[in-house]
Amino acid sequence: MDIKRVKDYIYWLYYQYLLITCSYVLEPWEQSMFHTITVTVVAMVVYTAYVFVPIHVRLALEFFSQIFGGQPESTVSIMN
Amino acid sequence: MANPSAVCNGHLHHHHQKQNNLLKSGICKKNGITKGMKKNGVSNGTLYKKTFIEHFEQAPMYVAVLTFLGFGVGTVFGYLRDFMRAWGLEKRNIATEREEQKDFVPLYQDFENFYTRNLYMRIRDNWNRPICSVPGPQFDLMERVTDDYNWTFRFTGRTIKNVINMGSYNYLGFAETDVNALKTVTIELQKYGTGVCSTRQEMGTLDKHVEIEKLVAKFLGVEDAMVFGMGFATNSMNIPALVGKGCLILSDELNHTSLVLGARLSGATIRIFKHNNMQSLENLLRDAIIYGQPRSHRAWRKIIILVEGIYSMEGSIVRLPEIVSLKKKYKAYLYLDEAHSIGAVGATGRGVVEYFGMSPDDVDVLMGTFTKSFGAAGGYLAGKKELVDFLRTHSHSAVYATSMCPAVAEQIIRAMKCLMGLDGTTQGLQRVRQLGRNTRYFRRRLHEMGFIIYGNDDSPVVPLLLYMPGKIGAFARRMLEKNIGVVVVGFPATPITESRARFCVSAAHTREMLDTVLNALDELGDFLRLKYSRYSKSSHPELYEETSHELED
Repeated sequence: MDIKRVKDYIYWLYYQYLLITCSYVLEPWEQSMFHTITVTVVAMVVYTAYVFVPIHVRLALEFFSQIFGGQPESTVSIMN
Repeated sequence: MANPSAVCNGHLHHHHQKQNNLLKSGICKKNGITKGMKKNGVSNGTLYKKTFIEHFEQAPMYVAVLTFLGFGVGTVFGYLRDFMRAWGLEKRNIATEREEQKDFVPLYQDFENFYTRNLYMRIRDNWNRPICSVPGPQFDLMERVTDDYNWTFRFTGRTIKNVINMGSYNYLGFAETDVNALKTVTIELQKYGTGVCSTRQEMGTLDKHVEIEKLVAKFLGVEDAMVFGMGFATNSMNIPALVGKGCLILSDELNHTSLVLGARLSGATIRIFKHNNMQSLENLLRDAIIYGQPRSHRAWRKIIILVEGIYSMEGSIVRLPEIVSLKKKYKAYLYLDEAHSIGAVGATGRGVVEYFGMSPDDVDVLMGTFTKSFGAAGGYLAGKKELVDFLRTHSHSAVYATSMCPAVAEQIIRAMKCLMGLDGTTQGLQRVRQLGRNTRYFRRRLHEMGFIIYGNDDSPVVPLLLYMPGKIGAFARRMLEKNIGVVVVGFPATPITESRARFCVSAAHTREMLDTVLNALDELGDFLRLKYSRYSKSSHPELYEETSHELED
């Protein structure tokens, strides 16, 4: 029973995605093309975020803590 | 909303009261966006004798963004398909130029054709559905399927029976096949046949036309009237007879195509004022009188204001008292197109003039159609006798168009007599009251469910906003699966971001039918996520008890 509800919910989410992006009106081969492009773009965004965001956040935190903390740290240790 | 204290001869005697306290409670009652009461000065508070509440709520911003996104996707795929069609990768199904004309100016490249080919075609199965019964509160549809994505259709031979009809303009339920009701129509059909075979000015004026014109004049309370065979042609063929070059037409932004066509055909100067916006109209009137005609600065020969009683895409009612006071102040003429409001609003069904408690002498030209509330076809123009006599000689319709079929005229006569009570029953008044009850119930329930509905609380035309292009097709198809027929409208009949489903409530709908439709809408609204309104309260169980009190009217 629960599996059916989960499946229905996932189908409903997929249907909402189809309606919002107006891919509901497209023919099946156009839909496949659109889904491929969307999934590719989303995957690239996720990958870029995974690779770049933690490093930049860490650098930013260290930069700001240096300004507000004021402790003279050697700059050598930061440039890895 | 009407208190039938005295009903005699089909006319309701209004007691003019200042209902200022009611006006104030009207504003506080709904915490939605209410337009209608001007806050400056008391003068407008006395113009309206009852509350005038209209809703034009705006959807949240993300809805507009997603709508544009949807149209963007559709456009990109449209370009892709056009490219494939141009390079022969796909079969061409729509009209294109011939090989020899490839170097000529292109015929099919403008946006409207692009839109039709690539966006409208994909959801085309929701329009032009053939019906095969009388368009009463329920009707039968012919089932059709498509094998190549809506380019061609074929009929399976099956009919879908008893689909609830929420799209026909059948406000008073006169589109019926009951033999008793149509007795006089059958007699006239056997007496006159179907064709008139002539125009009004040659040999097409029958005694039926004289009878119906007298009856229409009596119904509206004016001196004389003239009837025409087609409602659209009434507007487009008669406005050129009334105005010409050197005249000024002030027309509402959202006027119907027939009015726009008539105005353009006349050759007069046309200026547009914002929809139902009296400041905009007053500014235009002042500029017209102060500056006169464009280059010579002479006074305009005449200034005419074109408005409609109920606007069919918005469901809004015209602000007639303010327009009449403006027209008297600036000495302009008023042309009121009551296509959707005659028979549908007003305490005895006499249109917006009665709805606001005004006298029909205030409006110079009263126009209306018999298609909507009377179950027939045709239109009328009514007013002072000199006006109608002028039109009998100078109207293009009178000179060139075939006159109304006598059987259709008899249907109008019997419907009008029923409305006025001249057939000895109170059926007409009951229908008008039933329509009012149905309208109020339907609108109230939709507001409570959380949909965005446009228009005045008393108008039987109910537009429900859908916004996103993907939802237009999904909504119409799913409603048909639930055996309810609705009309959905998108661009270009509406602005591009505001596509809607338009419901026409009828007096012939029973409470059960409306409840079926409302439950289906509730379910579908949750499934498709259409409940955008930010001002509604969620439905409580007490609601159902409230409706049972309503039934004991």
